This record gives sequence, structure tokens and C-alpha cells, in this order.
Amino acid sequence: MPSTYTLISSNVLSTTAASVTFSAIPSTYTDLVLRVSARSDDASTVRGFRLNFNGVSGTSYSETYLSGNGATASSVRDSSISYSDLGVVSGGSTTANTFGSVEIYIPNYAGSTNKPLSGDSASEDNSTTAYRRANAALFSNTSAISSIVATLNAGNFASGSSFYLYGIKNS
Amino acid sequence: MPSTYEPIATTTLSGSTSEVTFTSIPATFTDLRLVFVGTSASQALAIQFNGDTSTNYSRTIISGDGTSASSPRNTSLDRLIIASLNSTPLLTSLDIFSYAGSTNKTGLINESRDQNGSGLVLRAVGLWRSTSAITSLRLYGYSGSNITGTATLYGIKNA
Repeated sequence: MPSTYTLISSNVLSTTAASVTFSAIPSTYTDLVLRVSARSDDASTVRGFRLNFNGVSGTSYSETYLSGNGATASSVRDSSISYSDLGVVSGGSTTANTFGSVEIYIPNYAGSTNKPLSGDSASEDNSTTAYRRANAALFSNTSAISSIVATLNAGNFASGSSFYLYGIKNS
Repeated sequence: MPSTYEPIATTTLSGSTSEVTFTSIPATFTDLRLVFVGTSASQALAIQFNGDTSTNYSRTIISGDGTSASSPRNTSLDRLIIASLNSTPLLTSLDIFSYAGSTNKTGLINESRDQNGSGLVLRAVGLWRSTSAITSLRLYGYSGSNITGTATLYGIKNA
């Protein structure tokens, strides 16, 4: 039986990088899953994890998220923004050798409708403030997703950060 | 190597086909995952297992609507709500652990929807108080039809 859950591409950084790109994504799957382990290289406790699809910026993205930091829970909305904000990773000031985790689910990425997305992320180092975040996002664009660029809201991805893009087939 | 993550069945729901029952679910997997992506006109998306319509379902929720976070609980329900649909593009999933085992069935619900000015992100734990193996799963629009989207049931093996 053909494999349902297939690794499309991976990137494990051996040096810092401002962005990580997945291009030429085949349209032969049903959904995509991006799994990330990352931290920033700058002096921070947490950094926002962002995606752009097909080189699109403008105002094509929006999100609603739920966040907890061990003290309070909150919910925030961003509308008509230029990137998809899909979670958090550990900042460069957190405990050494500790990376935040992100999983992004992109259903029907090759379809002709707008693209809803789901993100789950966490950053915990038993020292500085921790974060657990759940994101609902929308890419208001009816084109098939053929490329993904990952960035941080500030700083660069630290060496050792890893990115794995999987394709899921529903039949 | 045997496949770890397999699609068991997939179906497309439209206004005239507003529900689906996945039947004869094999007991050969460890966990199940149901993934739904679609829209609806003000209909909640609900689940019932093995034709059980009794009040054997419950869930505890944490959710955010872009303004505030909340954590309600629903108990003794006759169905498990996995999404509150309202025409927005929606992604929801339900992970059911040890679905073929002889203990009560726990599931994780992950609902995400955003409409560029409104939306909801919800994470919940659900419980079906039955020690029977899950052999069927009914997915339907609670209080009516008009569900549109694709539902896929996957089986996950731990070995």
C-alpha cells in the first residue's frame, strides 16, 4: 500500500538562518504537516514563528490564537496581516540546548479554496517564562500551496533548528 | 514495512449528504484520527460511537475567540461535539486513543477556524464512557444538515 504519511523535505540547520524555504511542493498529497524544533539566536525569551506561502505577503493572512504562560491564559486576534503567525519557539536567552516545538497542519493545501491552518507550539525551559500556544489561521488565497517560507518575528533560527515537511494522503 | 498511518475511509459531505457513518472499523490499529475540513451554516459537528445515543459523552475545553480565553465543561451529553461550525473555513480533528481497548475512550479535539476578523481556537478532551471497542463512528451536523467538507478517518499503529 502506498505510504500515507511521507517526508517531502527536511532541513536541519548547521548554522544560523534568517529563513527556511520549502519550494516545489508537489500537489499529490491531501494535507501537509510541518514539524519544527527551533530557537532563535538573539537575546529573547520567545520568538514568534511565521510562515508565508507562495511568496504572498500583503494582507492575505489572519489568525486567532490561545496562549498560556504558566500564569495567565489569553486569546488574541490579528486580521489582514502579511504573514501567518502560527506559534512560538524558544528565544536565545532560554536554557541552552533547549528548543521549542511547533506543528502546523495544512489541510487541502492543493485545493482551490482558501486555506485554514492549525498550529500547536510550546516553549519550556524550566527557567524563563514558558509558553503553550494554539493557533487557528487562514491564508485567504485559492491557489495551491507550492512553497513555504518560515521566519521568526525577530532574530534568526539558531543552528540545530530542524524542519520536517510531510505530505498526508487520504487514500 | 507495514504502514503506521493509514486512511481507513474518506468521504465528502454536501448539503444533501450531511452525515456519514464509518462502519466496520477494524480493530487492528492502536489509535484513530478523524480529520474534517469544510464549512457549515450554523451547525455544530457531532460524533456518536457504535450507535450510542445515550448521555455517555462529555468534554472539557480550553478556547480562545480572539478576545478572551475560557475553559468550560460539558457533561452527560448524547453526542460529542467536535466543532461549532458557522460557515467559516474550519479544520477540526479528533484523536481517539486505544479505541479497540476495554477501557473508557478518551479523545483529543483540535478545532481551528479563523475568518479574518472572527474565529475560534479550541482544544478539548472528550470522553465516551464505554468499554466497548469502537466499531462505528457517526459524524453529523447537530440540529440539521448543511455540512460541506471532507472527512477522513485514519488508523495509527504503534508497531
